[in-house]
Amino acid sequence: MNSEKKSFIQLENLSLQFPLYHSNHRSLKKTLFSKAEKFITRKESKPQRTGAEIIYDDANRIYIQALRDINLSIPSGERIGLIGHNGAGKSTLLRAITGIYEPNTGKIITNGNIESLLDTNAGMNQILSGRENIYLRGKRLKLNNNQICILEKDVEDFAQLNEFLDLPIKTYSAGMMMRLSFGLATSITPNILLMDEWFMAGDSNFQSKARNRLASVINKAEIVVLTTHNLSIIKQWCTRVVWLKAGRIFADGKVDDIVNRYEQAMHENPF
Amino acid sequence: MSLQIRINNHSLYNRHLQCLADVIESYKLWNLACSMAWLDIKLRYKGSLLGPFWMTSTSAVMIVAVGVIYGSLFKINTQVYLPYLSISFILWQNAISSMIVDSCQCFLQTDTFIRSLKLPFFLQAIRTVIRNCIMTALNSIIPFVVFIYYHRWPGSIILLTIPGICLWIINSHAICLLLGSVCTRFRDIPQIINSFIQIIYYITPIMWMPSQIQNHKTLLLTNPIYCTIQLIQGPILGEHLSIYVITGAILYSFILWIIAWVTFLRSRSRLAFWI
Repeated sequence: MNSEKKSFIQLENLSLQFPLYHSNHRSLKKTLFSKAEKFITRKESKPQRTGAEIIYDDANRIYIQALRDINLSIPSGERIGLIGHNGAGKSTLLRAITGIYEPNTGKIITNGNIESLLDTNAGMNQILSGRENIYLRGKRLKLNNNQICILEKDVEDFAQLNEFLDLPIKTYSAGMMMRLSFGLATSITPNILLMDEWFMAGDSNFQSKARNRLASVINKAEIVVLTTHNLSIIKQWCTRVVWLKAGRIFADGKVDDIVNRYEQAMHENPF
Repeated sequence: MSLQIRINNHSLYNRHLQCLADVIESYKLWNLACSMAWLDIKLRYKGSLLGPFWMTSTSAVMIVAVGVIYGSLFKINTQVYLPYLSISFILWQNAISSMIVDSCQCFLQTDTFIRSLKLPFFLQAIRTVIRNCIMTALNSIIPFVVFIYYHRWPGSIILLTIPGICLWIINSHAICLLLGSVCTRFRDIPQIINSFIQIIYYITPIMWMPSQIQNHKTLLLTNPIYCTIQLIQGPILGEHLSIYVITGAILYSFILWIIAWVTFLRSRSRLAFWI
């Protein structure tokens, strides 16, 4: 651990394409072609398209261009809000920073340990009990038995699932699942915290509790990147906003500025 | 702090480095791999009365039945045939067949993990190997009982199996990397392998003994699975390991590792997209 060095994220010309396999090539191609045509013809009348571009290479393989030419430098201390339409590439960008997807071109340089809250049952085994899942998470984080006990106690106190903690998590309701994964994810303070938007759901009692806990984690982490459609969350937590549109950075800057422009665009083009 | 640089660099040197880093990072998480392997077994037999010993009991019945029938068909004394069959059948069933079948699902079964957490890929290979090691160890109680029953306990010579077992464990990792990657990309391969396993079972001396085809014994050396099994069961059965079997096993391991490593080099960065 080198404490002098500060965390940072640096993305240089990052592009990411998803290959599409395992689908009926011909019929899929047909449907995509017809959809692409519709997109192109509608494009002028409707600039706010969702989804990323669908492209074909020489061998007629189908790719989805999820991210294109992303240049972003995030120094320590910044809280970034990612906004954009569904399919604009927000979650893909988080996955790329986490290291799950490797870039096709460009560079991703990160410093600091990264924890990402990508979806509620991220990396959980549905058949195992909540307690066993906590235990596995502890092992993944290379904690020793003592630390795992502390983690278990912390999550148990927060989630208050009582006897459900010893039942398989497939028996949990969506809310209970939320409690467990939120508690688990926020009991560890990483240098870099990446969050997808699910973390603000849940009942109102839980919300306020979660908010306090989230606040403490966000304040301790050096860098936070969160994606959400809730602009009030962005205004409350973030110091900078990045607006993604069809896999590109459309705007990047101060919170009020970008949020206003985004609201205006949403208003003009309510989709 | 951990500095990570991820860049799509096509230079071979860089890819080697990334794959090596994956392997090293995986071994740092061996503790997790052990827990995962153990929970896999626990889950597979959850709610069943005998648990993993169902497999042991069915194997035992199979070995006794086949031992009696084929022993008389082949006209081999049961005292010789049953110990041989018990060890070769367990090695085949657990160490080879189920290892190969499991390795196809090595990355596919963990799709939720791979898509939402950053974990090294080799970890899944270690997990699959540990799981099969545990199962093999549990089932090796059958040959143990058979050998005790026939008073054929080989004594300290059994230690000579250790190199064979080590080689098998090392090669199992390679099989996981190779078949795991290929099966993630091409979903037909697991089906093909499932049918090929059947054929290999009959052409490898599992039910029949190598001595029965004395004239064509050199042909057996072309079978990598024979070499692997022979390296483990030879010393237990009190046979001398021929130098050909040893060289064969080492040679096949080298070839396997080269193919597996090249496959892993090419596919590692794409695995997350294929799943």
